[in-house]
Amino acid sequence: MMRNLDFDVVIIGGGPAGMAAALSARANGASVVILERDVRLGGILNQCIHQGFGLHYFGEEMTGPEYADRFRKLVEKEDITVMLESMVLSLDADKRVTVLSPTEGLCRINGKAVVLAMGCRERTAGAIALAGSRPSGIYTAGMAQKICNIDGYLVGKEVVILGSGDIGLIMARRMTTEGAKVKLVIELMPYSSGLKRNIVQCLDDYDIPIKYSHTVTRVEGSPALTGLYYAPVDENRRPILEKEEYISCDTLLLSVGLIPENDLLSGLSVEMSGVTQGAVVDENRMTSLEGVFSCGNVLHVHDLVDNVSREAEIAGKAAAEYAKNGGAKDAEYVSVKATDGVRYALPQRISKGEGKVKIFLRVGDVYKNCKLIAESGGNTLFSRKFMVLAPGEMGSLEIDRSEIEGDVLVRLER
Amino acid sequence: MNTICIKCPMGCPLTVEERDGKIIVNGNTCKRGELYGAEEYREPKRAITSLVRTKSGEVASVKTSCDVPKDRIKDVVEFIGGLTVGDGVRIGDVVATDVLGLGADIVITGRRN
Repeated sequence: MMRNLDFDVVIIGGGPAGMAAALSARANGASVVILERDVRLGGILNQCIHQGFGLHYFGEEMTGPEYADRFRKLVEKEDITVMLESMVLSLDADKRVTVLSPTEGLCRINGKAVVLAMGCRERTAGAIALAGSRPSGIYTAGMAQKICNIDGYLVGKEVVILGSGDIGLIMARRMTTEGAKVKLVIELMPYSSGLKRNIVQCLDDYDIPIKYSHTVTRVEGSPALTGLYYAPVDENRRPILEKEEYISCDTLLLSVGLIPENDLLSGLSVEMSGVTQGAVVDENRMTSLEGVFSCGNVLHVHDLVDNVSREAEIAGKAAAEYAKNGGAKDAEYVSVKATDGVRYALPQRISKGEGKVKIFLRVGDVYKNCKLIAESGGNTLFSRKFMVLAPGEMGSLEIDRSEIEGDVLVRLER
Repeated sequence: MNTICIKCPMGCPLTVEERDGKIIVNGNTCKRGELYGAEEYREPKRAITSLVRTKSGEVASVKTSCDVPKDRIKDVVEFIGGLTVGDGVRIGDVVATDVLGLGADIVITGRRN
């Protein structure tokens, strides 16, 4: 018979979001289990050996593995059950989680509340319909990062990178310092989706060229990659094939976007956002399925892990409270809507009440000298001028819930 | 010298030059950009992260304990590449001190297990 285990809060995923949610749920009195499919806690932080983590949360700059280790030690100190190498197979509407574990076998874990903290996944060559043959030598940047930093192998010697997301930029530097030649970074958009710091310190420092408004038109080679064609794109981002150029390479790294890994929710009636590809949540990060919470990159893709940890603490605390008291019976919600240049705002709904709520947002383009506004009914809840807002850097604003009159509109004034 | 300011998403293109012993920054739109430009001109420094081999052939990640001059990155990376460390190293262990006289130690930041 399948073994049954009961916990107040079941946390799916043991990366930065899962660990912070677990600590926060435990601190609020819940019995907690973390289900992690890898051999250790830490998630993708373990392979991010570069600096840039923790400045906001811990007040010091550290590498990914160090940030993970800091949280891992906190988790180990607490009475939190951690199941490693444990793959969650399903989650149902009654918050029963089926998991396959090397120590427990196939078992069912019954949670009073569930926190989704599964992180995100990289878009692949298939996802961007990359044209040409299907040679070896094409990796997502994060996969190459894992093979390099965890397994200790360099995936190639002559590298082209498509996309200038942060992982791609970081890998340009990493491959270079490991002895590979990074010949070119190709970016579809007229700007990078990565942080400025990474453009300067990962590309410029190593004289790696980047071509904006260009894309890969096809790859060549069989069975291994030998080169690829690339071309500038027109204003509709379609390649201008007459201007196609060839570059030889044995490796193509893809850094073309991240998608929250929400496969577990298929079949459940959890309302999803078409923009974030994550669940629609309230200010406690509770989804439309009562008692199921979501945080970190499975909710929306973050650029700073510090924000992931903070968001997960909100979800963990709320999950513990839900496990203890059930949901708020008479909560009255307003919607948070993004418009006029704001691509999304999260949480997407807020319950009326007292206290401050922080709204996170991303803009759809690079906007200079603009004003970010949040309003509700006739009230302006927030208004501030910005010299620049860019899609690559998540923004935030804080509002006072007592000033909410109706739906909250978050918009840019240009 | 030309560079991009990294202090905010604006990314102002900076031109830095020295005239009569004074460092002059152009292209910035705020004070932070001016300070950054001058610092990048005078003494650009970077922290370095990389990998070392353990005796059994696995890798451990490392960092320099402080920033090193940008033009010595290659030397430091080569030095790190030549290190082999014991299998028992743990996060926080110092595996080399005052690398190339630059004042930076090499510190273990992560292990596979």
